[in-house]
Amino acid sequence: MSAFRFSHAPIDAAPLREELLDTHCGGFTAFEGWVRDHNEGQPVTRLEYEAFEALGVREGERIMQEARERFGVTRALCVHRLGDLGLKEVAVWVGVAAAHRDEAFKACRYIIDEVKHRVPIWKKEHYLSGDSGWVNCERCATHAHDHDHHGHDHAGAPHV
Amino acid sequence: MTAPLHGLVLAGGRSTRMGRDKAGLAFNGRSQLERAMALLGPLVSRAFVSVRADQQHDPLRAAFPQIVDAGGIDGPAAGIRAAQAAHPGAAWLVVACDLPLLDAATLQHLIARRDPQRLATAYRSARDGLPEPLCAIYEPASGAALDAFLAGGRNCPRKFLIQSATLLLDQPNPEALDNVNTPDDLAAATARGGAAGAMPARELHVQYFALLREQAGRREEAVSTRAATPRELYAELTARHRFSLAPEHLKVAVNAEFSDWSRPLAAGDTVVFIPPVAGG
Repeated sequence: MSAFRFSHAPIDAAPLREELLDTHCGGFTAFEGWVRDHNEGQPVTRLEYEAFEALGVREGERIMQEARERFGVTRALCVHRLGDLGLKEVAVWVGVAAAHRDEAFKACRYIIDEVKHRVPIWKKEHYLSGDSGWVNCERCATHAHDHDHHGHDHAGAPHV
Repeated sequence: MTAPLHGLVLAGGRSTRMGRDKAGLAFNGRSQLERAMALLGPLVSRAFVSVRADQQHDPLRAAFPQIVDAGGIDGPAAGIRAAQAAHPGAAWLVVACDLPLLDAATLQHLIARRDPQRLATAYRSARDGLPEPLCAIYEPASGAALDAFLAGGRNCPRKFLIQSATLLLDQPNPEALDNVNTPDDLAAATARGGAAGAMPARELHVQYFALLREQAGRREEAVSTRAATPRELYAELTARHRFSLAPEHLKVAVNAEFSDWSRPLAAGDTVVFIPPVAGG
């Protein structure tokens, strides 16, 4: 099964951790991204995630491969949630098992950073005010003339 | 100080293999020469057509500011040297007129990475890795060097760039510099579409996600279009759906893989425009 997956159901970390258990590995590190109740000063009530899954799995798999090669880690897994999420739910889970802790920490950080920048996933925030917005898109729409100054996430994908 | 950048479209060739004047070959009702001048014009301080003395009054060429070859030199080096002699303080963005797939992005990329400290900035050929002399920037200092090169009895501008410590860049669009020399080349370029192909309408699939899905009011649609590239298709769909995102904020995928904006589209392709992402 692919090392990068999407899940339309809530993420259960226990069996994912189980998948990574390996007699060669002395260290395991995991990162979980959670749905929090605020963003940029606005109270958030829930999130929607949407993905272009066919390309997302390919790009995600490339990131996992890069992490394994770059840091020499043994096993790595990333699952990103899609659909409607409430507060405190797990939006993304990354787990890395390696011979030693250092490469496990580094690879875990690499994977989550690259996933955020490169995989075609979109997040819609629903606010307490009743408004909603696609993160990183609304600013482009309203300040389309001003594209030098906002740091939205297009930097990481050199596949063009 | 960086020299001002002028543009030169080389249209003095004899088109012997094509059997008719390449500058006048038309795509979508526009000649190659007109297309090249339109691409170059907005990017340079002044744009000229390079012609032989006997071409000055040709109606196609007479429509543009000209620089006339001095004579005595064969091939494209004649046009380059004449331009340098006429405006010795300028750098020259030199472009052949027989590049139907040349796009603005390729020229902008070259200009953005120009190194005025070198004699020239050019692309590495996608075919053989050697410099492409006919889509390149020649700095003012290259004039004297080209004179010496020509005085040595040589006139191949590619060899000139090879020996001139040219800054070489990889092409952002590897097909952009494919030229057309024969009627077969022309047919192939037209079939590939490119920026200039006479593209028949055909059906493409478009999928929408996130903000674009909401603005289009649908997840996907079949589109019958003459758009040759994703760039043209997005412009067409923006007119239809009033998308708020400018193309510079998007990426594009064709058949579920990241793609260049100037990739030729074929019937049945599935195109996805990718708004700024926000995973995690």
